[in-house]
Amino acid sequence: MNPLKKYLDSIKPNFEKGGKLQAFGSVFEGFESFLFVPNTTSKSGAHIHDAVDSKRIISFVIIALVPALLFGMYNIGYQNALLANGGTLPADACHLSMFLYGFLQMLPKILVSYIVGLAIEFAWAQWKHEEIQEGYLATGILIPMVIPVNCPLWCLALACAFSVIFCKEIFGGTGMNFVNPALAARAFLFFSYPTVMSGDNCWVAKDQVFGLGYQVADATTAATPLGLVVQDPNYSIDTMNAVIGLIPGSMGETSFIAIILGALFLLFTGVASWRIMLSVFAGGALTAWMFYSLDMSPMTWYDQIVLGGFAFGAVFMATDPVTAARTECGKWIYGLLIGFVAVVVRVMNPGYPEGMMLAILLMNVCAPLIDWCVVQRNISRRANRLKK
Amino acid sequence: MVNVIKLRKGLDIKLRGTAELKDVAVQRGNDFALCPDDYQGVTPKVVVKEGDKVLAGDALFVNKQYPEVKFASPVSGTVSAVERGDRRKVLAIKVNADAEIQYKDFGKKDIKSLSGDQVKEALLEAGLFGYINQLPYAVSTNPQTNPKAIFISAFRDMPLAASFLYELAGNEEAFQTGITALSKIQKTYVGINPQQTDKLGSLRNCELTVFDGKCPASNVGVQINHLAPVNKGEVVWTVSPTAVIFIGRLFLTGKVDLRHKVALAGEEVKNPAYSEVLVGQKVGTLTEGRIKGDNVRIINGNPLTGNKACPKCYIGPQISEVTVIPEGDHADEMLGWILPRPNQFSFSRTYFSWLMPKNKEYKCDTRIKGGERHMIMSGEYDKVLPMDIYGEYLIKAIITGDIDRQEALGIYEISPEDFAVAEFVDSSKLELQKIVREGLDILRKENA
Repeated sequence: MNPLKKYLDSIKPNFEKGGKLQAFGSVFEGFESFLFVPNTTSKSGAHIHDAVDSKRIISFVIIALVPALLFGMYNIGYQNALLANGGTLPADACHLSMFLYGFLQMLPKILVSYIVGLAIEFAWAQWKHEEIQEGYLATGILIPMVIPVNCPLWCLALACAFSVIFCKEIFGGTGMNFVNPALAARAFLFFSYPTVMSGDNCWVAKDQVFGLGYQVADATTAATPLGLVVQDPNYSIDTMNAVIGLIPGSMGETSFIAIILGALFLLFTGVASWRIMLSVFAGGALTAWMFYSLDMSPMTWYDQIVLGGFAFGAVFMATDPVTAARTECGKWIYGLLIGFVAVVVRVMNPGYPEGMMLAILLMNVCAPLIDWCVVQRNISRRANRLKK
Repeated sequence: MVNVIKLRKGLDIKLRGTAELKDVAVQRGNDFALCPDDYQGVTPKVVVKEGDKVLAGDALFVNKQYPEVKFASPVSGTVSAVERGDRRKVLAIKVNADAEIQYKDFGKKDIKSLSGDQVKEALLEAGLFGYINQLPYAVSTNPQTNPKAIFISAFRDMPLAASFLYELAGNEEAFQTGITALSKIQKTYVGINPQQTDKLGSLRNCELTVFDGKCPASNVGVQINHLAPVNKGEVVWTVSPTAVIFIGRLFLTGKVDLRHKVALAGEEVKNPAYSEVLVGQKVGTLTEGRIKGDNVRIINGNPLTGNKACPKCYIGPQISEVTVIPEGDHADEMLGWILPRPNQFSFSRTYFSWLMPKNKEYKCDTRIKGGERHMIMSGEYDKVLPMDIYGEYLIKAIITGDIDRQEALGIYEISPEDFAVAEFVDSSKLELQKIVREGLDILRKENA
């Protein structure tokens, strides 16, 4: 027997009912199933099971996020250097230092997100005597990636707690939530603390960390291209920089290339629905093209797609299987409408330069209705057969 | 011209240890039993008592609600015990078999001259009527139902399933006679796969349909869904091809001859092959000396729909294979959620099995390989359920006990085995077949 497994088996009784550490039973079980595939065998029904489980699926989402996460770290340092030097990179700028600076800026946010979220999840699981569910492992990394770098940690902690408790656990945990928890956390911050989530002062880090990075004057600001277009319709967008991701924005969602790498991984492994992804892009591009053609927006369809959180939302948020439409036909409608609503909000409501979050949350709420209509067709067909 | 239906959805699961197409002789022993639980939906009333002498074909028990439905003894001998469990539930009626089987003579019958009612009467008298199942509810049927059609699936595609063509060799006449007999009762449909068209394409007195698709295309429920879906208030009878041979033999020889070929297959079997056995024979007579490991699971049936068994259990009446796979409860596999695990089989593309040759066979133990969750991934069931049914929504309706919605979503068209592959692929590890069975039982009770 594996020595580690042997050790775990020897301490297991402490965590079982009546044991000294029974209050941490769920935590122990969570770690044990993290280390070892459960040896539980089937008792009824199918005697064999597929090797896939929800842990692996969630892990693959996290792997898909890695390119965007790493690039986001680099971009935090890059934007800091750019702002400190008035729009050009300083001569002494070092790519590794910029990455390390971004890493140190992002690390506390990731830690806070995981510590707050997982602590609540662990406590909840213990209270309910349930197995710890792994859904928050993806949510916990998504939340820091969709907020600005200057968001205070206490705000983030509050948002994580709100999201876990009020958007997930009270509905029954992972698999039962009706809105995407990461977006719910962002929406919570967006409406409760608008100053830390929007404007020109939140997107670029201004303080040095352990001697890394540059100290930037408080008065210096940098808006996102989407924000700049709202302020000045004649603003010329540097599409190439947006595709690469070297623009101010939420920490993980600036690089179109890094997001597409993640998307390819999700599609290759079949973890995300290609129907949803494709239809969100198609819906957004078509709507943006329509507005551009009607001269209602200065942004081309490709600018709409590469800027802001559109691509990140389409790839990582809209495809959340729990909150998306669950029927295959419904997924097309759901995706197209997300793309449509996101661009409509961006173009027609200058108060919200970014419409992706609102579009996905709105369609999360509408997804059951879309599915109801699709399933109802099947039901009607069956009922008509009976009449004949 | 045979009608061909192509099914896009489904999954073929290739496991190591497929039975070779050869016979291995086994000793039948003298300990036989019929277990009423093997006949789904039947409440038994035992009609023999310990010490009674019976012939092969004599009733051992009857259906309490429909006493005319008898269940025939597979052998002649002495009733050795009526085994009961909690609340005196009948578990098994055991017969100590004679050295040579004495058959009760029901008289040969010329099937061409019989009417549907006469066929039904003959099956009831001989104790073979209970081998006919029905949709809705996926239970053993009763003679008061008036089926709108009878369905026979003449192929098997579950993992490690026995080949019906091999079982058929030498029983062609009985199979045809059985089909002809059933066709007297109602229009009979026979489902075959593309490889069987040469040998079964000439079957008469039935409507042949070729089902070209992956598992569970062989499920009779899937075939009914495409040809004559069951509406509320309708009944369709389903008969296993083995039972059709039993029925055919009854009319050809006048005997209840329950011999059939069963495959012993699986990773843990030394020489996977076929053996001729009788219904109710001990599993141990097949497995003795042929199992490799110590920590194994013996399954009365295939690994997706069979029941957990042991050498002391009895081969079920609807069983075409006994399978033996590793139990795997001491595997202690580390970090399985992230390692590549190239030897694991998965429908999901998060493993490499989808890139491997299609004929690669896998080792699969009985671990669930994950914790039970709420439904997270969408569309998993629908990809392997080749029916016009929203499986996920139907399962949710069953879990919530919403009978109106279950009916609207087509619960009358399904049986637990239709969800067997879905249960395999389910990343949320829900016990789908159990959920469906419980739903069907509740519905049957409500509608009784």
